[in-house]
Amino acid sequence: MADGQVMKRAKYKSSVKDPGVPGVLKMTRERFVFMPNDPNSSRKLNVEFRTIKGHKFTKEGSSRQALLNLTQEHGGNYILEFDSFADRDICREFVAAAIAFHGETGKATSEKPAAPLQGEQLSTAEMEHRIKLLQEDNELQMLHKQFVIGGILTEAEFWATRKKLLDQNDRRMPKQHVALKNEMWSVKPLSDGQSNRVTFNLTPEIILQIFAEKPAVRQAYLKCVPIKMSEKEFWTKYSRAEYLHSTKNVVAAAAEAAEDEELAIFLKQDDMLANEARRKIRRVDPTLDMEADVGDDYLHLLDHGLLREESKDVLDSQYEPYRRYFSQDLNQHAAVVLQGRVVDVELGDTRSVAEALARTKQAELANEASEGNSEIDLSHRISRIAEMDDLQGPRDPAVAHLCIKDPGDYFDSQQANALKALGDTGSGVKTLKCNVSPLEAYGSLRELVSEIRVRGLSEPITNPEVAFTVLSGLTQNISSTKYHLGKNPHESVLDSLPKVTREDLLHHWTSIQELLKHFWSSYPITTKYLYTKVTRLKDALSQVYPKLQEIKESVQSDFRHQVSLLVHPMLQALDAAFAHYDADVQKRSAKNGERTNGFV
Amino acid sequence: MTIPTKKKMAPAASKLYADDVSLLMVLIDTNPFFWNSINTSLSFSKFISNVLAFLNSILLLNQLNQVVVIATGYNSCDYIFDSSALQNHNQKGESLLQKLEEFVDKDESLCRDDSVDGPGFSLLSGSLSMALCYIQKVFRSGPLHPRPRILCLHGSPDGPGQYVAIMNAIFSAQRSMVPIDSCIIGAQHSAFLQQASYITSGIYLKPQLLDGLFQYLTTVFATDLHSRSFLQLPKPVGVDFRAACFCHKNTIDMGYICSVCLSIFCKHHKKCSTCGSVFGQAQTQDSSTPDRKRKTSVDN
Ligand SMILES: [Zn+2]
Ligand SMILES: [Zn+2]
Repeated sequence: MADGQVMKRAKYKSSVKDPGVPGVLKMTRERFVFMPNDPNSSRKLNVEFRTIKGHKFTKEGSSRQALLNLTQEHGGNYILEFDSFADRDICREFVAAAIAFHGETGKATSEKPAAPLQGEQLSTAEMEHRIKLLQEDNELQMLHKQFVIGGILTEAEFWATRKKLLDQNDRRMPKQHVALKNEMWSVKPLSDGQSNRVTFNLTPEIILQIFAEKPAVRQAYLKCVPIKMSEKEFWTKYSRAEYLHSTKNVVAAAAEAAEDEELAIFLKQDDMLANEARRKIRRVDPTLDMEADVGDDYLHLLDHGLLREESKDVLDSQYEPYRRYFSQDLNQHAAVVLQGRVVDVELGDTRSVAEALARTKQAELANEASEGNSEIDLSHRISRIAEMDDLQGPRDPAVAHLCIKDPGDYFDSQQANALKALGDTGSGVKTLKCNVSPLEAYGSLRELVSEIRVRGLSEPITNPEVAFTVLSGLTQNISSTKYHLGKNPHESVLDSLPKVTREDLLHHWTSIQELLKHFWSSYPITTKYLYTKVTRLKDALSQVYPKLQEIKESVQSDFRHQVSLLVHPMLQALDAAFAHYDADVQKRSAKNGERTNGFV
Repeated sequence: MTIPTKKKMAPAASKLYADDVSLLMVLIDTNPFFWNSINTSLSFSKFISNVLAFLNSILLLNQLNQVVVIATGYNSCDYIFDSSALQNHNQKGESLLQKLEEFVDKDESLCRDDSVDGPGFSLLSGSLSMALCYIQKVFRSGPLHPRPRILCLHGSPDGPGQYVAIMNAIFSAQRSMVPIDSCIIGAQHSAFLQQASYITSGIYLKPQLLDGLFQYLTTVFATDLHSRSFLQLPKPVGVDFRAACFCHKNTIDMGYICSVCLSIFCKHHKKCSTCGSVFGQAQTQDSSTPDRKRKTSVDN
């Protein structure tokens, strides 16, 4: 349990009110040492635990300071303040262990000096906890069986890596509240399939959840049970309402509600919730940045893509109060779950649960009302929004609006050239009429449309000979443009070259790359092997050089320019390699000038 | 040449389902003055029947293919066919023709001109925008959608007044990676569509034999985007990007550009004739440039 030592930042104080001297506290089994941050400070401590009799500490929550007070046998004490309660607790445990250790050794000097780990004595509670952990986790159980029972690991070793699991059972931890189930109580009626009877299962847990999520139901319960109806009647009615909701038949629900006042409470939208929602909306931070949502791509989905939403059919407004929206339910449920278990009463007694919940709600409201300055706070915040960047117009100097007199100018600026490049201007198509009235033009167009409507599509749609001419024309056109070097940057210059030249160029380029790769990776030359390799590579590279020149000269003058453009980077790469080689040789010879022979 | 476009939101990521499933947006030129002004073997009725046959073949190529037709009129444009919204699949042609008739009526009712000289312009900028809107809707419809492309079957001459709108549409298409194919059925080439196809990597073609329009359509424009990477299709000859100056309409290699509206001038002006911006003194010497730069940065 006790590791070798503990080191924490702390303040040493002469009294609780003393601000204290900041420093570092180091504790071992034997002693604790306090070193002030200021090396000149005289308030150092070096005390043996043997002399410490007891310790006191402040409770978390009740006090602001995380204090630890170590008391000495003859009345003296040391007050230490820690940065956090967590730090303090670690030290407190350590101190407790140390005091206990010295107390024991003081009594019975060396019964069991230092073998706490091997024959680890486990309390029954601890043992039970481990067994429970194993039972809950199949995987853990298998591992345990395989290694511990298989004799590969000891029990202690096995659990040593799972300290976290064990810590959860730490008795010193405050008792944890069980949160509300993160599961919506949706009506899953159990029908026996034969009769019209539908059964709902209500547990105290579910009732708590219903009360928490639906204040109107809670209120109705407090009002009606048991004066107006029995508990059973109440829940039967509630279940009936839930069942009606589950059928999504708003009209039927409205009809039933009209006849039954209590049922209507369950069927109608929860007014208390609506009020609360309104209240909450007023409290939304006005600086909330709604723009952050704009880019989300699901915005176009109705209801954020929630599938369970009711049909979208339009209903009379009289049915509106009976509609329930899944998204609302979901939000309310989420809010309640996040709030956690606010009441701490025995679940069995439905009435006291309802009352407790009502009390907490009232307390909440009262709290809110007492925070009178919230209004001021709100207006303060609103005034601050004005300073938010994305809610402000640009701060640049006033900009004059772009005002283009005639966009046609742009058109004229371009069209002449664009059309020139295309060459022909409408051969075979001649403009016929110059001036027509809309009546005439639309009339003839309409005529032509109705012509097809009456006659149907012409048969055949296209003349085979024409089709053939078109097809061969297109093919020719395509194969000619393929070798036509346009201004299209996507077209490779290589494609325009004669096949032999192209292949030669490609071959040389790949071999140069290969040689250069080896060449450069041989530097710096550290061994004789690398030296001979570089020499070999340089010779090979210098043989490529004239070949590239040859290719350049061999091609026809039309291509010479393009080929030299292609060859140029290759030559550059070669030149760089040669330059490096020469420089290296010179450096080497200068260095080795005095040496008679030998290489490096 | 580019003109300032508004900064737009990042395009919805293209989520594709199969490589070869297409959404074909076909823009057909229904400018009555154009169809009235030409005298070719291609009448509007023949054109429409060729297009109908072509649309049928597209829908037969892949069961999931989708075709939307937008009529580009003289005064307006509108969707006249959407294969995905069609109830009765045997009535494709009939429904298109009926919508077309309705469209022609509506377009006429909007006409304010007493007479139109020449072929007039059709509202290409409008139909391009409608096509792009439809495509954006499809992009946002969910993770599964066909690969969209736009085919302009266009005959009317370019309308200079639509320059800014059309260029904006072209850049928007480029941003969403939507190719614009152009098939020119009129007398003149279209500089707009030539640029549109060039910028968006679409195909620009002006058929020589309008009699064989159907053959051109099926051979060149039926190809889905995936297959295009394997096929040799008509390539653009290249667009001459040199511009003419706004002042004299001379083609220039070097000139002055208005920093506000990007108008081009062959010599220095005191004021931009397009947007009215007043220019400072021309910087004659290079040495003065650094000074000026420093000054402006301090001002900011
Ligand atoms: Zn000029
Ligand atoms: Zn300008």
